[in-house]
Amino acid sequence: MVERLVPLTQLRESEEGAVADLFGGAGLVARLATLGFTPGAPVTMIQNYGHGPLIVSVRDTRIALGRGQAAKIRVHRRNGRDTL
Amino acid sequence: MTHCETTRSSVRTTPDTALESAARPVTIALAGQPNVGKSTIFNILTGLNQHVGNWPGKTVEQKMGECTHHGMCFTLVDLPGTYSLTANSEEERIAREYIIREQPDVVIAVVDAAILERSLYLLAELLALPSPVVLALNMMDVAEQQGIQIEAQVLQAALGVPVVPMSASRAEGVRELLDTVGVLLSGQFDYCPSVPTIRTDHQVILDQIVSTVADYVPDPYSVSWIALKLLEGDVQVLALIEGQLSPERWRSVQQLLRTHEDAILDVAGARYDWIGRMIRAAVVRPRAGQVSVTERLDRVATHPLWGIVALLGILGVAFWLTYALGTPMQVWLDEVVIQGLATWLGGVLAGAPAWVSSLLIDGVLSGAGLMVTFVPILVIFFAILGVLEDTGYMARGAYVMDRFMHLMGLHGKSFLPLCLGFGCNVPAVMGSRILESRRARLLTILLAPLVPCTARMAVLATLVPVFFPSHTFWVTWGLVGLNLAVLALVGIVLSRTVFRGGDEAFIMELPLYHTPNLRTIGISVWQNLVAFVQKAGTVILAVSVVIWALSSYPGPGISNSVLAMVGRALEPVGRLMGLDWPMLVAMLTSFVAKENTIATLGILYNTREGGAHLGTALSGALTPAAALAFLAAQMLFVPCVGTVAATYQETRSWRWTLFGIVLLLALSFGAGVLFYQGASLFGLEG
Repeated sequence: MVERLVPLTQLRESEEGAVADLFGGAGLVARLATLGFTPGAPVTMIQNYGHGPLIVSVRDTRIALGRGQAAKIRVHRRNGRDTL
Repeated sequence: MTHCETTRSSVRTTPDTALESAARPVTIALAGQPNVGKSTIFNILTGLNQHVGNWPGKTVEQKMGECTHHGMCFTLVDLPGTYSLTANSEEERIAREYIIREQPDVVIAVVDAAILERSLYLLAELLALPSPVVLALNMMDVAEQQGIQIEAQVLQAALGVPVVPMSASRAEGVRELLDTVGVLLSGQFDYCPSVPTIRTDHQVILDQIVSTVADYVPDPYSVSWIALKLLEGDVQVLALIEGQLSPERWRSVQQLLRTHEDAILDVAGARYDWIGRMIRAAVVRPRAGQVSVTERLDRVATHPLWGIVALLGILGVAFWLTYALGTPMQVWLDEVVIQGLATWLGGVLAGAPAWVSSLLIDGVLSGAGLMVTFVPILVIFFAILGVLEDTGYMARGAYVMDRFMHLMGLHGKSFLPLCLGFGCNVPAVMGSRILESRRARLLTILLAPLVPCTARMAVLATLVPVFFPSHTFWVTWGLVGLNLAVLALVGIVLSRTVFRGGDEAFIMELPLYHTPNLRTIGISVWQNLVAFVQKAGTVILAVSVVIWALSSYPGPGISNSVLAMVGRALEPVGRLMGLDWPMLVAMLTSFVAKENTIATLGILYNTREGGAHLGTALSGALTPAAALAFLAAQMLFVPCVGTVAATYQETRSWRWTLFGIVLLLALSFGAGVLFYQGASLFGLEG
């Protein structure tokens, strides 16, 4: 089971991961942490077209994130379909 | 760190600022995250018995209301919907300052049972504040539909606070909620909340902060709460404490904090761990794998292409419904009710001086009447938007629009207030409150008047068939398209010049779809309508009277009035657009309200042409080029007084309000000249 650290924007649709850490300004980090993006929290990518905003599911909630914000979240990519 | 505190007695002697009454009613504050049904509960409890205002000095809406239950009087305060109580936004500051300063007798924390984990986060924060908390476990029906089973008793035992399961959209559990508040206040509940703990190394730091600041924390804040917020890096609390400490002491606090900048993640993580422990025994979740309704609908609604198609389709149907149903009612109100009233008033005032009846009929009644005729259209439009909002769809619309809004330096959320603008620009300006940054709010407010409102659509519907009988459809939609294109263009230019450098964070919850609640929609329609009548209506009425005076004196007739003089003075400018003075005057009076254009033209051409039908009079008066220039300039003309008033109220800046007026004036004039000269070149002159 290999886990790789990638920005959230790298997760493909329906791929799962776990939040590792957050970057960025204190305000942004606080807002994201409040919504449930805390270290260890499992996330599932719902929609990611490689450009534009994306939708990610965290703690049973669908959150739409701008690409810039999503890039500030690093996740452990769950192994499995990570063969590309 | 768990400790018990007994419930305070219901009668307290804190200074009463908001409410004066002999027998002090029990104050309940309603707290909750957005989309958990907090407003539904507030509306069921208070009905229309609520006062909507602003929090003192803020542009955040404040709702209060009263209700009685088993002889007890409750005053309910609806706190702004917030995800947490850290100073990330104005709403969060207001909510926590209210609880800390006013110390309500009970705080009801509303949570969504279907997303229990996320929505309990706010409870974790509320338990650190002084007021006792009752947990309203709302949307039990939605949770059940998804196969989530929650045992409220088990959750209550774990949390140590009263838990009331309910489904507010079906009005279930509301009575029990108030019963529980009564039980808690009477001291019969063993109130003993469990509270989150943080990582050991951070606990050591927290204790050090507590001992450093303990003697300097001002009333009414508690030392432990202040210390925790310092550790979270809360900007407002940092500033507060910096002002209280000596420079050396402040430096030592900073030193502690700097070595633990990641503490916010630990504190938030600890709250979620605590939540996990609290719900472990109480919640049974279904196996993953089944595709939910939300998932199925979102495959279309959030798709980059189909999502836009769906949005355009939905909005198209919304507009079609609005006008198909609303226009006949508007015509009926105007022709039967308002004209009837005018005739009746004319008869009653037969003996009064001519200026009195003119003031009342042409000034007051036509101003107020104008407003009244728009009520059906606005009610229908706001109701449809209310349904879309309450089902959860509007967030999807905002999401698919995000790419386009980015071009204008905004993000998807700005789409929501702008969409209201298709009804009336006033609620659109006020709706910009949902945006987090002042930059985004300002830009949205400046763009809102470029959304063609129902009043401008009414002008188009009347005048386009007169000027362009064979191309009505294309000219109308071309002009609406022009407005939206100008909106996009202005947005693109402003965001790269005046509003450069903003990096707006787009973070938005996409709530689960659910069946809309009629009561919630009804109340939202009512409040939007009140905003229109109060904010737009009163100003429209006042300015109608002024315009009446300007168009009546010195007389005789409007052709010899101050307004006509102004129009004639502006004629050289108008000639660039191919317009003579009556057309200019008609446009000027649309400053009061856009639909005034038609009324003014009616008066001017009736007097000049000796009562000829407006249509025939007008179609002969203007060349197609001038008509096109007039319509384009009219659509982009300065925002109406109601919108100007709302702009000032929301921005609290005359500079920006003036900027908005000048901007549209320039656009309107520019478009008018461009269309006239351009169309003349293409031979539409004769």
